[in-house]
Amino acid sequence: MGLGFVMLCHTALERAAQTARYWASAGCPVVIHVDAKAPAAEVLAFRNSLKDVPNLKFVPQIQCYWGTWSLIEATLSASKILLESFPNAQHVCLVSGSCLPLRPVSDLQTYLADHPETDFIESVMTRHVCWTAGGLDLERFTLHFPFSWTKQKRLFDAYVTVQRAFGLRRKIPERVVPHMGSQWWCLTRQTLTALLEDPDHAKFNRYFRGIWIPDEAYFQSLVRLYSKNIESRSLTLSKFDPMGRPHVFYDDHLQLLRRSDCFMVRKIWPKANQLYHHFLAPEALTHQRAAPAPGKITRLFAQAGERRTRGRPGLYMQSRFPDAGREFGQTCAPYSIFCGFSDVLQGFAPWLEKAVGGRVHGHLFAKDRAEFAGNAPVYNGCLSDSASLRDHNPQSFLTNLLWNTRGERQVFQFGPRDQQDIATFIAQDKNAQIAVISGAWAVPLFHLDQDFDQKRETAAQLQRIETEFLTLLRQPWVRAHVQIWTLADFVENPHGQLQDIVRHLGPNGPVRPTEMPAVVDLAGLGPFLQRLRNHGMPPMLMGDFSPDQSEPSAHPHTPRPKILLRG
Amino acid sequence: MQIRQTLAARFLQQQRKFCAWRGARALTAISNQTTKIGAYDVLVFCTLRNERVRLPYFLKYYRNLGVSHFLMIDNGSTDGSDSYLAQQPDVSLWQTHAGYKAAHFGMDWVNALLHRYANDHWALCVDVDEFFIYPFCESRPIHALTDWLEDTGRKSFGAMLLDMYPKGPLAAQTYNEGQDPLEIAPWFDPGNYTIKKHHLLANLWIQGGPRARMMPSEHAAQAPALNKIPLVKWHKSFTYVSSTHALVPRRLNVVYETQGGEMASGCLLHMKFLDTLGPKAAEELNRRQHYKGGREYEFYEEWTRSDRDLWCKWSEKYVNWRQLEILGLMSKGNWA
Repeated sequence: MGLGFVMLCHTALERAAQTARYWASAGCPVVIHVDAKAPAAEVLAFRNSLKDVPNLKFVPQIQCYWGTWSLIEATLSASKILLESFPNAQHVCLVSGSCLPLRPVSDLQTYLADHPETDFIESVMTRHVCWTAGGLDLERFTLHFPFSWTKQKRLFDAYVTVQRAFGLRRKIPERVVPHMGSQWWCLTRQTLTALLEDPDHAKFNRYFRGIWIPDEAYFQSLVRLYSKNIESRSLTLSKFDPMGRPHVFYDDHLQLLRRSDCFMVRKIWPKANQLYHHFLAPEALTHQRAAPAPGKITRLFAQAGERRTRGRPGLYMQSRFPDAGREFGQTCAPYSIFCGFSDVLQGFAPWLEKAVGGRVHGHLFAKDRAEFAGNAPVYNGCLSDSASLRDHNPQSFLTNLLWNTRGERQVFQFGPRDQQDIATFIAQDKNAQIAVISGAWAVPLFHLDQDFDQKRETAAQLQRIETEFLTLLRQPWVRAHVQIWTLADFVENPHGQLQDIVRHLGPNGPVRPTEMPAVVDLAGLGPFLQRLRNHGMPPMLMGDFSPDQSEPSAHPHTPRPKILLRG
Repeated sequence: MQIRQTLAARFLQQQRKFCAWRGARALTAISNQTTKIGAYDVLVFCTLRNERVRLPYFLKYYRNLGVSHFLMIDNGSTDGSDSYLAQQPDVSLWQTHAGYKAAHFGMDWVNALLHRYANDHWALCVDVDEFFIYPFCESRPIHALTDWLEDTGRKSFGAMLLDMYPKGPLAAQTYNEGQDPLEIAPWFDPGNYTIKKHHLLANLWIQGGPRARMMPSEHAAQAPALNKIPLVKWHKSFTYVSSTHALVPRRLNVVYETQGGEMASGCLLHMKFLDTLGPKAAEELNRRQHYKGGREYEFYEEWTRSDRDLWCKWSEKYVNWRQLEILGLMSKGNWA
């Protein structure tokens, strides 16, 4: 049972020579086509280096261009010569100069002898599968492509658009059903002969000359007319990246390739000396007998593709800087922001840390410095607490903090006394969980030992800032999970509300808080707020506090529902 | 807007080309071995002054990666750097005594050499204290990277400057000739870098690291830029604009993905913070030939005098490129 190779080469000819010699010396005839664009001196050296090999032939050179008919033309002429000159070849395998056998030829011969009438060619019906990544599929067969995709990209695109607009179509010849697949195949002598001797051969060629990327469609479609038994897969392992370029193998892939048990692989970096040395050694790999299992390699390249097209959400770095809306997530992990809680509840931060088991910071965006947990001057990732560094780029500051602490939930306090530049970013971020007690800033202000006029000025300023913040949180584009209570509503049932929040927070389920934090003394807050009102500064955000009593809300009633905006 | 930016960039290109032409006249060839350059060679371009002690390891490092020719400009060294380099078989050396600052911090000279010798080559522009790290650099030579970039149609490759530092005062450990500086300064800041986009040239502007962290906060906005594009498949129409931070034409600066994915990128390990910095800072302060009147060097001088430690408990110790990849400082993109 003979096996012959048709080899297409264009660069790295010395490697191609090595591989060709390897196959030929194992008794397999090889017919080589060299791209006419290769430098003449190199081609001459290449031919001379293979002079002594008896079962090896060259075919006249044609200029080959990516994705054009020239590749099919070269393949056809080489196949013809192979079939004519080497009548023993029962299977013909199409390979490239950068292919490398991973198993001894005898393995492949045995395998083919077990499948004497099988054609190994990936051939999927264009109609059924979206085989190509984002490109044209059925239109490859029905449109005209007079312009080069590589050199005349604009004309190419424009002409496709024009044809679509006017409904211009080519007729697919009778009997041909469009199929596509990897261009590296292994066909039987019968199939190939039938293909070459079909009375419609010239007609088919005329048609396929005009389609786009015929090397992925010509044999894949026509083989369906002649084959007795198609095994729709390639014996050559070849993987493509998201841009449609073949992945390259290097020396460090040696173990991976050894374990794949594939017969051949493409494409190898020409300077991967170890790979060539290992796989072309005469005694190479006698132990392998398993069926091809390229799963690991497939996974490796799938991950690489994912890295290229999607990247790591929440990471901003030198080679990943997504435009707004293209981030696949503005930040890398969920985090929580509490506004006003530390003003109303004594020891809120330490209590929360215990209750949810994350990291609870103070006001990260405080005017004077970033209040990291434990008052650290430098935090995870060497993040500095300097306000000017943070305010130079608040967004980077926050995304860095979240990226550096992956795996640990971050919680921080926020309020109208803080730098507000980050507000829009967190409101847009679906990872942000924002809980606000509106008007809570009045509590520390009320306790402050300060001149009343000054307090009134401060109150007016803080109220303006918080109103802006709340308006922002009510915008239709907000993606953060937002909960807002007025101060009065919150203090009516603080522990119930807290439990509610904590239940949503804990990454490993809620940790039952043993002791609830106490609400700070609010006696006299009502009269204070009334006094502000009397002095022309109406407090709008706190809810109802009786002007005469120290207790919130004049009349006992059922608690108001909290305002739930998103989520 | 687009048109205005393009025009401004074009203007910059022409202006810098003129500067390069002027810069070329300031250079005197000491040892021109450029006839040895092969068509496939990756070339290193470098400007230096008084770096004798660092040179042996620098050359060794890049020879190991597969660089076959160095084109170096000596800016009036007095420590024998020039005579050492002149003896190297794979170094072409030029000399100039002209002002570093007036030559756009040496970039005019480098642009001149790039224009003359780098056309159609992959050119790597680094300083003597910068060590290029790229994905798979421990197992694949630099030609594997350049071949792959070429296959994927890329002309330029970004590598962020990563400031490395020792634990303890700089003066505590002496750097010896031929030594790997990583033995002394293996620490770096893993996650405090901020990014903005430069609107005229479309490059990213990255700041952060120990220098931003340690500088007085009123200078935070002026912390040094860390974005670099050191590796370029050169064409004679290209020009570096400000150090190796940006080039014209602008498309070369887009070494980042804007649609959410990651492009491949590397790092330049910046071994500035060794005991050699003290004397250097004192000298540079006198010469006033560095960026913004060498104000940066005022801090360095102060740091070395006061034995300030750049190290903190969140500093990360360098292991390999995979560590930098996991930290998100560089990426292998779709190279696997």
